[in-house]
Amino acid sequence: MGQINKLTFRQRMRSYKKNPISFMLFLLVVAAACITAGVLLLLVGYILFKGVPHLSADLFAWKYSSENVSLLPALLNTVLITIISLFIAAPLGIFSAIYLVEYSKKGSKFVEAIRLTTETLSGIPSIVFGLFGLLFFVTALKLGMSLIAGVLTLSIMILPLIIRTSEEALKSVPIAYREGSFGLGAGRLRTVFRIVLPPAMPGILAGVVLGIGRIVGESAALIYTAGTVAETPGGADFLLDSTRSLAVHMYVLSSEGLFIDKTYATAVVLLILVVGINWLSGFLAKKIGKGQSDE
Amino acid sequence: MIKRKEQIMKGIFLGAASVSILAVALICFFLFANGVPAIGKIGVFDFLLGKTWKPSNDIYGILPMILGSIYVTAGAVIIGVSIGVLTAVFMAKFCPKKLYKFLKPAIELLAGIPSVVYGFFGLVVIVPFIRENFGGDGSSMLTASILLGIMILPTIIGISEAAIRAVPDSYYEGGLALGASHERSVFFTTLPAARSGIMAGVILGIGRAIGETMAVIMVAGNQPRIPAGILKGLRTLTANIVIEMGYAAGLHREALIATAVVLFVFILIINILFSILKRRRT
Repeated sequence: MGQINKLTFRQRMRSYKKNPISFMLFLLVVAAACITAGVLLLLVGYILFKGVPHLSADLFAWKYSSENVSLLPALLNTVLITIISLFIAAPLGIFSAIYLVEYSKKGSKFVEAIRLTTETLSGIPSIVFGLFGLLFFVTALKLGMSLIAGVLTLSIMILPLIIRTSEEALKSVPIAYREGSFGLGAGRLRTVFRIVLPPAMPGILAGVVLGIGRIVGESAALIYTAGTVAETPGGADFLLDSTRSLAVHMYVLSSEGLFIDKTYATAVVLLILVVGINWLSGFLAKKIGKGQSDE
Repeated sequence: MIKRKEQIMKGIFLGAASVSILAVALICFFLFANGVPAIGKIGVFDFLLGKTWKPSNDIYGILPMILGSIYVTAGAVIIGVSIGVLTAVFMAKFCPKKLYKFLKPAIELLAGIPSVVYGFFGLVVIVPFIRENFGGDGSSMLTASILLGIMILPTIIGISEAAIRAVPDSYYEGGLALGASHERSVFFTTLPAARSGIMAGVILGIGRAIGETMAVIMVAGNQPRIPAGILKGLRTLTANIVIEMGYAAGLHREALIATAVVLFVFILIINILFSILKRRRT
């Protein structure tokens, strides 16, 4: 596009003089982009600037107490919640995607229903998931406010994300791979696991990592399912203990407003964690793009 | 033997695929079964159009919260869409390649920031800013709208940019050939052609804004009364649920679940609009 009407700076200014509306549109567009970039810089910069000096060792103390609002218990809980949620949601999501892409007949009613429900699920706000978790897992299944209730709620929440990204990854594997495999006499199952899944793996992983990012940043869905007790996970029945994730910890701290410095520091940790996870997802997604252009 | 394994695994895949149907069915069932009876007890009109929310007196009218959600979302859309669409135009048609390499990941980063961090940023930066420059106590409709406008930016930019890029270059080139400048060509030929895609992005943004919870609670003031002005506090549907669910019991609790039913219906309508637009485009 740039090649069609390459103008020097002076030519451009001269044409703007004749055409004030174009100039205004140009200014508007640039201003909007500056605002977007500025907001991001302000947000990240402000939190880093205020938070980094308060990152201290006692913030990572083993025990949480009302004098020292350590974030380590919440961090450990978050890791635990994330791992268990992935153990549930990742196989479910990937298997669903395999069914949708490799097994289902195009345009069947069942596939339509799955598509409709995953679209619906991905639009539901997290607080509605939280309330459903409270009504179903906490109350109806009598799990109480517990780690496992939170985990199950989050698993449903990230399911559509994993299904969609896995589906796209599977679809991007060329049909010729499958034809070659069938031609050599392999069955459908073997084709899926040996031929289709390996090249789709980076894309699927990118989706899973994106799911991790959502879990780590989630708060509304957890407050009434996993609860807000800030204790280090431990004991035999840790699955049934009420726990506080890092994002919920951050919410509680900022609404109490007692430890503002530590809240900044907690925000820094949360921000770095989520940004790092999202970066990893982008990196994996780029890898799949590269793999294809090599062929 | 092999055939049997194939069958079993196909069954497992099918089972996994049915989970999302089951999940939606369960969510609908539990929300409606717990919420609809309460609406019946309170009375549909008293519940939806009642102007007072006083759980201590057993008065449950959620009109203030419905209006609160609508106002805040409208404000967010005004801010988010104007900046977002213009930024998308910049990204697709104006941005030098070198800058794009930084800007694109930056916008994706904006999408990944957790809502509590947004909320905290709103609390420590936007709330004092509004209080000092516009008056009021800072926690207000305006604050919440600005914050939500920022939060929906990445959604709107991402989808609008894709929509603008999907318009064939011949439109733009035709504009140039007729003597229009680069800007005019982009704004008056490419942008109108990308309209339905941009609308889809806007609708998705509305869905995000209306469902956002934690960030709004932290900056909106949360007074359960009919919104009185853009510098006055208000409470959204989502905030109503989170704030009172912790101690509610009996009819109060059911009324809160009914609030979620109303929210859910809003979201379903938005989803349907979105999929209609998407289908029309393809």
